[in-house]
Amino acid sequence: MYEIELMINGLLVGSLYSIVALGFVLIYKASDVINFAQGQFVMFAGYVIAFWLLSMNMHLALAAVLALVIMVAVGLFIEWAVLRHLIGRPVVAIIMATIGLAFFLEGFAQMLFGIETRSVPLPISDEPIFVGDILINKIELIACGVAGVGFAAVGWFFIKSRSGIALRAIADDQQVSLAMGINVRRYFGIAWAIAGVVALIGGVFWGNATGVDTQLALIGLKVFPVVILGGLDSIIGAIVAGLIIGLLESLAAGYLDPLVGGGTKDLTPYVVMILVLMFKPYGLFGKPIIERV
Amino acid sequence: MLNRETGTFKKTYQDDLAIYKAPLPKITVGVICLLVFVIVPLLGSEYWLGILNLIGIASLGALGLNILIGYTGQISVGHAAFMSVGAYSAAVILREFPDAHWIIALVGGGCAAAIAGMLFGIPSLRIKGLYLAVATLAAQLIIEWIINHWEWLSGGAQGSIYIVPPTFPWFENGEFVAKKMVENVHYYYLIYVVLFIGVLAALNIFRSYLGRAFIAVRDRDIAAEIIGINIFKTKLIAFGIASFYAGVTGVLYTYFYSIANYEMFTLVISIQFLAMCIIGGLASILGSILGAAFITLLPIVLDLVIRGLGGSVLGWDDAHASRILPQWNLMFFGGLIMFFLVVEPDGLARLWRKFTDYFRVWPFPYN
Repeated sequence: MYEIELMINGLLVGSLYSIVALGFVLIYKASDVINFAQGQFVMFAGYVIAFWLLSMNMHLALAAVLALVIMVAVGLFIEWAVLRHLIGRPVVAIIMATIGLAFFLEGFAQMLFGIETRSVPLPISDEPIFVGDILINKIELIACGVAGVGFAAVGWFFIKSRSGIALRAIADDQQVSLAMGINVRRYFGIAWAIAGVVALIGGVFWGNATGVDTQLALIGLKVFPVVILGGLDSIIGAIVAGLIIGLLESLAAGYLDPLVGGGTKDLTPYVVMILVLMFKPYGLFGKPIIERV
Repeated sequence: MLNRETGTFKKTYQDDLAIYKAPLPKITVGVICLLVFVIVPLLGSEYWLGILNLIGIASLGALGLNILIGYTGQISVGHAAFMSVGAYSAAVILREFPDAHWIIALVGGGCAAAIAGMLFGIPSLRIKGLYLAVATLAAQLIIEWIINHWEWLSGGAQGSIYIVPPTFPWFENGEFVAKKMVENVHYYYLIYVVLFIGVLAALNIFRSYLGRAFIAVRDRDIAAEIIGINIFKTKLIAFGIASFYAGVTGVLYTYFYSIANYEMFTLVISIQFLAMCIIGGLASILGSILGAAFITLLPIVLDLVIRGLGGSVLGWDDAHASRILPQWNLMFFGGLIMFFLVVEPDGLARLWRKFTDYFRVWPFPYN
């Protein structure tokens, strides 16, 4: 029973990782930008929704809509103010820009909303459900469901919609897309806006689980093992790898912690990541890069 | 004729190979050395020497990182972790062998960090760019975790090892005695001599085969491989050299604070060193030093401005100022990184070059 409970809880936490990883993959797929500020994005979204819910006492639906608008605006603004100017620049410049963005967002969020920890109250009881003898958190189950819906929507967007196809074309070859009349800048903006929305979903559920403060931004570091294992440009990879990493963390906490005295939960994902990078750098579903001189 | 090249009038190979092509740079270097090693320590107050010490240590670390990122094109987000390897290695050497000279610990810490750096540089054989950045991020977190969880290494729950201050020979009463370094001016000489050696070594690396191989790997690695450069070896050496610098930096921090503590070497510190390279200017030795000075001085200047200006103009009291300072620090730090990337990608070094280029032909510019 213990094993199954560990595994189910791992999978549920993993689905939350997948949500955050999704925002990351979206931006990478569209604009080749590796977003080190994804965690801060989620944190910022958490602060925003907590502000509307607690300080303004709004209904959840209204708060969600307002937060959605703000996150879209933030995404568009970031693309317009910073990332647009860095198209075609070396990778280190883009990485550093998102790291700078991460620091800026952290300071900005603290200045706007204060430094104390907020909670994101959701109208869901925290009574666990029992399936047989197995204890399942209701909120995690709902988060898992929302993640599923989110992935379906993003999947549909990329496969079927006009914008999604344009984004895929840009990811494949920016110059050719420009020549075909795709407005690359506009679609970068769209990608960042969607990433803002996805960050909001992450912010709501992670904020509910752990409370909103700058610690929440550390989730951004957990995303790297997920996206590397899944492949940086693969949406399906984000789902599968999120679940795997959640599962491994949970199992490591259950089995390795008693052996070495704790803390393996935080280490396992990175060890997995190093191994993946050494033996299968493009992950489970990623597209290998072919290089020519 | 002091600093102007109107053409090439060299008659011998010796002239052609000369390091200083005109007299002025030679004089400049001499003046800077005089300033750094004689005048500043004589005139500087204890407080400012302390800040200069921090700038000197940071310059060495930034220089190492710049060799890796700016010259070899390999991104590392784990620079501080390699500093911590150096710091703890030196502290453990001094703890286990109390008779060992601090220079041995200094070099030993550097070598330990170099080995760790080369170990974590192995993935660079197959991956590069952002994948490598992520791999070094893992290095940072794994090394931090190990130091936190390995009690023998980190000296117990606090994760800190105290060390005795290093000594230096001092001529007193007709004989040499070993004096302990206690004042900032003692550390000043230690740090700036090490930095001087570090800068000299870096300059010479880029006058040799190895330095040119680094640059070739950065510019077009596949082409570099075709002209016969062993990419893997070159990258590993770059990681080794950068981590050696990082290790020595970590040891210097340890000596300066008389304590090795992992909290001085977190991910945020790694990112600060990255920012030094970006703001100072990638692939520039001068830039590393300027960037280190900039990032070290930023919180100090911001503190002065917010307390001074906020206090006098906006009427903030001291408590309010101290409360908002960390947030302003974060915002300025992040904002400046983005600002420099967008507006002046080659950093402060490029601004300096623009400045000197203007005066090179002054007062008769040809355009």
